[in-house]
Amino acid sequence: MIQINQLSKKYKDAEDFSVKDLDLKVQDGEIYGLLGPNGAGKTTLISMLTSLLKPTSGSFTINGLNFKENKNQLKQLIGIVPQEYALYPTLTAFENLQYFGSMYGIKGDALKKSINEHLEVMGLSKFAHKKTDTFSGGMKRRVNLIAGILHQPKVLFLDEPTVGVDVQSKNVIIDHLKLLNEKGTTIVYTSHHLNEAEFFCTHVAIIDRGEIIVKGVPSQLIKNQPGANNLEDVFLAQTGKALRDYA
Amino acid sequence: MHKLWASTYKEMLLLIRDLGGIAILFIMPILLLIVITLVQDSTFKTISDVKIPILLVDNDKGEISKNIIENLSESNSFEILQKSSEEEAKEAVFSGKYQLAIVIPKNLSASLQKKVDQNVEGILSKFGLEEDTLAIAKEVIPQKEVRLYFDPATQTSFKSSVKNGIDKMISKIETQRIYKAFQTELGEEDAEPIFDTENFIAFKEILPTKNNEEIIPNSAQHNVPAWTLFAIFFIIVPLSINLVKEKNQGTFVRLRTQPVNYATVLGGKTIVYLCVCLIQFTLMLLVGIYLFPAMGLPGIDISGKLPMLYIVALFSGLAAIGLGLLLGTIARTQEQAAPFGSTLVVILAALGGVWVPVFVMPKLMQLISKISPMNWGLEAFYDVFLRNVGFSKILPEISLLLLFFLITIIIAIIYNRRKNAV
Repeated sequence: MIQINQLSKKYKDAEDFSVKDLDLKVQDGEIYGLLGPNGAGKTTLISMLTSLLKPTSGSFTINGLNFKENKNQLKQLIGIVPQEYALYPTLTAFENLQYFGSMYGIKGDALKKSINEHLEVMGLSKFAHKKTDTFSGGMKRRVNLIAGILHQPKVLFLDEPTVGVDVQSKNVIIDHLKLLNEKGTTIVYTSHHLNEAEFFCTHVAIIDRGEIIVKGVPSQLIKNQPGANNLEDVFLAQTGKALRDYA
Repeated sequence: MHKLWASTYKEMLLLIRDLGGIAILFIMPILLLIVITLVQDSTFKTISDVKIPILLVDNDKGEISKNIIENLSESNSFEILQKSSEEEAKEAVFSGKYQLAIVIPKNLSASLQKKVDQNVEGILSKFGLEEDTLAIAKEVIPQKEVRLYFDPATQTSFKSSVKNGIDKMISKIETQRIYKAFQTELGEEDAEPIFDTENFIAFKEILPTKNNEEIIPNSAQHNVPAWTLFAIFFIIVPLSINLVKEKNQGTFVRLRTQPVNYATVLGGKTIVYLCVCLIQFTLMLLVGIYLFPAMGLPGIDISGKLPMLYIVALFSGLAAIGLGLLLGTIARTQEQAAPFGSTLVVILAALGGVWVPVFVMPKLMQLISKISPMNWGLEAFYDVFLRNVGFSKILPEISLLLLFFLITIIIAIIYNRRKNAV
């Protein structure tokens, strides 16, 4: 379970908080979607939850652990799939996965077996020994995902895992994530694909300007929003239609 | 240990996949060593193969100018080209066509003869050997100057050595004249020379010996350690870029979320780049031993020194890697790391005595050079290569290099921890 209490982040020299006094509880086994326009604070929130950013104030625990006291234990427990491709371009898919798997302490045949299984499920077996700089965006996304789940994390954080990929790759990724969830992995993910989130997530929270505007089960949120037929209608009703460009 | 091995293996793969980078890492230092040794080789030879063309304007046309020309020709350092006009010679030198012009003044031989005669007769009259010296003594002979024109771009060291050489040559000619004048005054003009004009005080350089044979330092023995060290320290640039690139390409973000400490990441890089340093060193030694003699350059003798040389190379490599990892940890972009790293290496080399010996530096710079890791490395290499010392003598230097590595790594780890604290 993830328990977030009054979590805030204000970047140096920034005028406003990126995440402000955020409270959230994610139960074990949930697929929790963090949705919001550009600059809403989704990535900042995930970065704090994965130890990449120091919160300005507030606290959180994952399965009762926090990074100050149980850093390595917690890192072993979670997996992260960052928005950008976190891969070495001149290494093959297998070599990349072997390295990142090793960093979780997996070794020998167990590591090789895990890599091969994941590559098989993701349709990448025949590209296992090709350098990732020759891969398409969709293939890189899939390798990026495998690198975050090789150690079978209890909680998986994904920052826009399907951005910029073709429909086929997206389906494979989503199907694999569902399979992981069925095996007991709690998933927290951000996305701009509201249609995808509507069917994939068990729960969603719409975040805007660092605060949660609304949260709950997608179908319930649609039902509660007058005139809404889907999550996108809820989203636009809650966040407005104004452009959210930021720099 | 498993994570360290995995990091090392990954670094090795990254390195061997970058063939251009490997070529630069190994070929450029060798090229540097060969070029520098070729350039500097002549300065280590007693008789140079290269003659520098210089201009000479002989307004004297006497015995002295003849002597000067003969001495310059015999030195084998210069090719003398005579010019008739001082103005013409001056213009050619100041426009950079020639490095040097020597202008011998008019009546130099006659005036010197007169001055010497005057002095000799003055001395002899004190002993009552000369009766009428008053007339000669009264005549004032103006001082003559041999004018030197140097190309403004000529280095000070070259100017100094030429000035010293000419000064010594003129002094010798003057001395010979004085002796000759004495002999003439004593009425022994036609006899065998009474005075020995050769220098009585000679000097001999005593060189270190090995197996009763003198070890004569040559350009290769000076250049191989100095420029090998320079190349080893240049590892700072690719290493810091490697680290910055990793930070910027997202893989480092993933590593930060994994249960692996920064020391392990740095450990993998240290092992691989240390191997690079040692391979670089081996190649440089091979060049010194086999390629230099084939190119007509002096070779290096490493017999019995190999283990000690590798110890120095290992610790020098560690110091360089520590600095590279610290720079890579602090720098945010490759644009920060690359120019800073390369400039830092050049500064450390200058401070370390790679280009100019430390003992000729100003006092302050000599003090600063003592904290340059390149100076410790260079001294250790010279100790082994040229001074033939034992392990205990290089222990202080390699200890400093190790300490430098540990300090830079600790700073890098602390900096990274503070920057990424959660």
